[in-house]
Amino acid sequence: MAVFSGSDLTCLRGERLVFGGLSFAANPGDAIMLRGRNGAGKSSLLRLMAGLLVPRSGMITWDGESIHKDRVGHNARQQYLGHQDAIKPVLSVRDNLRLWAQLRGVKDIDAAIDTALHALEIHHLSRTAGRYLSSGQKRRTALARILIGETQLWLLDEPTVGLDRESCAELARLIADFRAKGGIVIYSTHIDLAVDDPALLDLDEFAIPMVEWLQDQDAHEQDADPEYDLDTDAPQLAVPSDRQGAAQ
Amino acid sequence: MTGFFAILQRDLRLALRQGADSVMVVAFFIVTTTLFPFGVGPEANILARIASGVIWVSALLAAMLSLERVFQTDYEDGTLELLTLSPVSLELVVLGKALAHWLTTGLPLIIAAPLMAVMLNMDPAGFGVLMVAMLLGTPALSLIGAIGAALILGARRGGVLVSLLVLPLYIPILIFGAGAVEAALLGVSAAAQLQIMGAILLLALAATPFATAHALRQAME
Repeated sequence: MAVFSGSDLTCLRGERLVFGGLSFAANPGDAIMLRGRNGAGKSSLLRLMAGLLVPRSGMITWDGESIHKDRVGHNARQQYLGHQDAIKPVLSVRDNLRLWAQLRGVKDIDAAIDTALHALEIHHLSRTAGRYLSSGQKRRTALARILIGETQLWLLDEPTVGLDRESCAELARLIADFRAKGGIVIYSTHIDLAVDDPALLDLDEFAIPMVEWLQDQDAHEQDADPEYDLDTDAPQLAVPSDRQGAAQ
Repeated sequence: MTGFFAILQRDLRLALRQGADSVMVVAFFIVTTTLFPFGVGPEANILARIASGVIWVSALLAAMLSLERVFQTDYEDGTLELLTLSPVSLELVVLGKALAHWLTTGLPLIIAAPLMAVMLNMDPAGFGVLMVAMLLGTPALSLIGAIGAALILGARRGGVLVSLLVLPLYIPILIFGAGAVEAALLGVSAAAQLQIMGAILLLALAATPFATAHALRQAME
């Protein structure tokens, strides 16, 4: 049985079924690349895996135990990189990273931060305040965050946004290193990231058949149509008579 | 406890770098209190009579002014998402944030309060009890306010909403806070009121972190 797996997942956002019947499985050293058109649910799936969202149905398990049973344990083993970089403009890069190192209970915080900054080649920026960073540098700082602390799972939501070509190669190398150490990487991207044979998960395949939903919508529209006509007619009739009244 | 101290340290560092928030709260408190003599007239007796109530109401409003910011910036830049995904108890993180909020807004208010009491011609006999009552009351304001601040995340016009949510919950603190000072001015023991305020603080300390953490998790969905 796979270490990290999900079975028969259904995701409901608002009143929209994003995907249904989705399953995945990953073992140490695996990488899964999420694909799909915009709105297919790549981010939602990553948030489900992180435990930020609860699936409508189905279960996500680590070593056979639901991730929602032991939230702190799941948080300790994973690093999540979302769309936002979570960088405070008034704090230096080092101080920004310090919080995450402290929260992960890292022993030698400064050494851990130094290593992460060197790995992403932004060590020269360690004393620069967040507001003076370019968007690419902010993204690199966010990536430095996921290197701090011992983890087994990376959930990367569009990690390449804002990165130049060299940084993308850098990221691919970090992912390879992490996998070599037995880490699981699950990521979504719309550009080619040079990751060695990732498993592909195409979310378009799990889109819920919309037939019923559309029929439902049609019925509503037909109901609404006559009312709509009446509503638009009424003021048109009323306006001239009002004007006549006003003129008299 | 790592989460508690880490977030406390980070929030205090942030407050130090952008000190405007604390200054604004105290300035608001002073300006609001100063408006009352203009409104009710400079009659010394009337001012002395309403002083404790005016100071408490102004303190409530000033503390509320800064509530919206407690989680809003962290929510907007994605920090809150990562805090809920950190391997520490979110309840302790919330408690750390509430303490940071109190240190940067409640404590300055306590220091400013006696000055305002002098301006409003309050009998010096009430000063000590006023400070003690505020010392017990303002941390409860931060703790209870944090629930409101967490609930409004993602809402438009959060600032107005948070006042509607939180101000009714502040009423007991206002009643007993002003009552304690009132008692001291009459020369009666204020122990009963102060004990009730202590009870409110303990209750808030025990219960609000869970409510706030739950509201934050809800906001992440």
